Amino acid sequence: MPASMVDAESLLAVDVGTVTTRAALFDVVEGSYRFIASGQAPSTAAAPFKDLGEGVHRAIENLQTVTGRRFLAEDQSLIIPAHEGNGIDSFTATLSAGPAIKTVVVGLLNDVSVESVQRLARTIYSRVVDTIGLNDKRKSEEQIDSLLRLSPELILVAGGTDGGATHSVQHLMETIGLACYLLPADKRPALLFAGNKNLANEVKSTMQPLTSSLGISSNIRPDLETENLLPAQHTLTDLYTQIRRGQMNGVDELSRWSKNTLMPTAYAEGRIMRFLSQVYDSSKGLLCVDLGASAATVAAAFAGELVMGVYPQLGLGEGLANLLRYTSLEEIARWIPFDIPVESIRDYLFQKSIYPASLPATAEELAIEQAAARQILSVGLNGIAKDFPSGQVRRAAQGLTPYFEPILAGGSVITRAPTLGQSLLLILDAIQPVGITTIIMDQNNLLPALGAAATHNSILPVQVLESGAFLGLATVVAPYADVRPGTSILRGRLVYQNGNESHIDIKQGALELFPLPTGQSGRLYLTPMHRADIGFGPGRTHTEGIPVSGTALGLVIDARGRPLHFMANVARQREIVKKWYWTLGG
Amino acid sequence: MLAPVAHIFPLTTIRRERLLPLPGRITVREGQKVNPMDVVAEARFGENHVLIDVGRTLEITPAEAQKLIQIKAGDVVSKGELIARKKGFMSQTISAPDSGRVLLVGNGQVLMEVGDSLFELRATIPGTVTQQIDDRGVEITFNGALIQGVWGNGEMNVGLMLPMLTTAEGSLAVQQLDVSLRGSVLLAGYCDDPAALRTAIELPVRGIILGSMSSALVPLALQAQCPIILIDGFNKRPLNPTAFKLLTTNAKRDVTINAVPWDRQTGTRPEIFIPLPVTQAPPSPRDVEAFAPDQAVRLIRDPHCSEVGTLVSLRPGLTPMPSGLRVAAAEVRLDSGEQIVVPLANLEVLE
Repeated sequence: MPASMVDAESLLAVDVGTVTTRAALFDVVEGSYRFIASGQAPSTAAAPFKDLGEGVHRAIENLQTVTGRRFLAEDQSLIIPAHEGNGIDSFTATLSAGPAIKTVVVGLLNDVSVESVQRLARTIYSRVVDTIGLNDKRKSEEQIDSLLRLSPELILVAGGTDGGATHSVQHLMETIGLACYLLPADKRPALLFAGNKNLANEVKSTMQPLTSSLGISSNIRPDLETENLLPAQHTLTDLYTQIRRGQMNGVDELSRWSKNTLMPTAYAEGRIMRFLSQVYDSSKGLLCVDLGASAATVAAAFAGELVMGVYPQLGLGEGLANLLRYTSLEEIARWIPFDIPVESIRDYLFQKSIYPASLPATAEELAIEQAAARQILSVGLNGIAKDFPSGQVRRAAQGLTPYFEPILAGGSVITRAPTLGQSLLLILDAIQPVGITTIIMDQNNLLPALGAAATHNSILPVQVLESGAFLGLATVVAPYADVRPGTSILRGRLVYQNGNESHIDIKQGALELFPLPTGQSGRLYLTPMHRADIGFGPGRTHTEGIPVSGTALGLVIDARGRPLHFMANVARQREIVKKWYWTLGG
Repeated sequence: MLAPVAHIFPLTTIRRERLLPLPGRITVREGQKVNPMDVVAEARFGENHVLIDVGRTLEITPAEAQKLIQIKAGDVVSKGELIARKKGFMSQTISAPDSGRVLLVGNGQVLMEVGDSLFELRATIPGTVTQQIDDRGVEITFNGALIQGVWGNGEMNVGLMLPMLTTAEGSLAVQQLDVSLRGSVLLAGYCDDPAALRTAIELPVRGIILGSMSSALVPLALQAQCPIILIDGFNKRPLNPTAFKLLTTNAKRDVTINAVPWDRQTGTRPEIFIPLPVTQAPPSPRDVEAFAPDQAVRLIRDPHCSEVGTLVSLRPGLTPMPSGLRVAAAEVRLDSGEQIVVPLANLEVLE
């Protein structure tokens, strides 16, 4: 058995979602890591199975059928290491199935440790049910009563700078300790302490017997100016696994197979984003959006610094019934190219929340689902925007999406759309990128697997990413210009490899597609007018041209305006949306 | 492929565990018949907690305060009873702010549980107690008809079921509602009229069974004191024919509606129970099925939402749908005789 995955050759990666469990195989082909195939099956974490193992085994069995290679022995155990053409050398597992974890966050000052610990909670599938801090006007006994009533599954504690005063944190810990003591033993929460390091030992000795599992990490606010969530996030993944272990069967087996490296899917995605932003030294940030049944995940990385939001309340499954708390029916309806009453849209959201695994069979239902997805991703991106590191973020104007390169998108609603044009339009509408960027689609749901593998095998993610396992959907030029619709803002030409040229004359409000197939390349010469900004500053360009690689759809110039402007006339707006669909291939 | 299952069963045996959230006392015996509203177990718990910081109040160190405390954990104290006394020229005392039980004493502090609350665990289904489970609860066995729903407003009650419809299409309308219906359980196809729902709730009725409902009525339904259960979901569709037939056949019988929200993790669903006499316990329904020909299925999404039919065959590979999606699908013959292709993800086996 290899000591680490650096020595390993083949990797089987399993991701257990709320609706679907996927198994993906990676192996070395001609000296380089490649994605080989994947199998999937309905997830079985919830009733009636209440055991995610059933879905895992079925997904792996489907992979066996596809590859003709056996990974499971007769007794259903994993064949590891690979032997005579069967089995695998290493295994990773990620998990997003299960209800959001009921979480209480505790800190001292609202705009310091409380804010940081809330950000920490947003990196996993959690639902914050109470916040306790110094500004909390409740008495200790009221806080105790609240904790007893809420019976949280997880308590995240931060507060105090390293070496600073300890009294206030001790007082809060005393309250939490009393509440934990009063909870029945089988209802005691897991607890993560990420505050003043001088208190770590004391917290460990007092809280160990009072919690279902305890994690101590380095301080997320070692001083007032510094925030470092990374070590706490790592410790939190262990607690997450412990909590899930108590909630559903099959977690133990998955954890054992992965040598205790089972991690939340979103954490793995965040990890690969951070990793990629370090590997690919980009002056822009990297953005990843993933919309699943259990949650919407938005992760942005800027030179190794990760900003992440995991929103279980915004999943495309049960969460849909709550979507209207964050957006309105009218905001959803404006993306739909059909005349559908808003009442029907609301009924759709509620019905889908009852049956998260169901699929839109009609064009109208698909349009509603895609419209809801746009709003969810938009809400999710806005949710983390305030946390972007101000020193590293570049944007054309305040309030607009920062420059990102590339933008990765995952989740069935995007990757399984009937046409690539629909996938692209959904991403463009939801994210509204500005400048020049590449849109990449994770159509095989590989990002979590690569994130899980990255720590032990830094070569695999890079080689798989460069192998074409991800689909380059389009190169997008999205100018920002403060002009009236119809005004010319961009002129130029796209020079193809063979010397042919396409002339470009873009007016404000336009959406245009210039085919440049995968495998081909070209050079883009653009002249912005009326101080239009394509990422180089108002009216500026690269006179030597911009190299463009071919993608599935080619070059898309999205000059519809940033932010997108909507017509007050609903019928007219519907016609415009139809035109956008039509432009990108329906 | 694994199939989701919904139970719409004319005669079955159901066993359900009813458990207290904390240890308590079981109030029924094995073999005892229980009604849904009967209390089967109860537990006492302190409503609130009071933390008395003797040290801080008397402005002394915790160690000094600890020596002054005159009660211990487990003591039951009355309001005004002495907790701690500091002797001296200006003697200071701390008294119990309320009656209660001392939970913890330490570090110059006293934690008390005050207010005595009783948690009563109700049977929620009619049946016979077949097992006592330590100090936590009971198992109840039910025989009769079972109809599982898809949405409930969290309430529970029992009442005589009166159909407000003669066909599965019948909607709940204000004109149908008068005082003669007070205290009954109403059955209708769908409701999209807030006035009708409000009138029914205010009569008051003991429950409302609907095939479907407009999602706009959810806030109103959640405020209702009576249980409201949806059999098929949120739209304006007739009650599915299988449930329609079963429910109308049992009109004017006592029905129990347990309109708990659907919890996919635990499998708890909103349900309707209609107790029926049996000579021999009928079989329990299966919770796990794989899709197969000849199964009775319900369509859970448009364009045929809430219709039922028979699964004719599973299509190989992926089938393109009108939406453009390519999905695993099945041929289904609807009760109307029409044969259609449906995504497997949009089917639920009725059993």
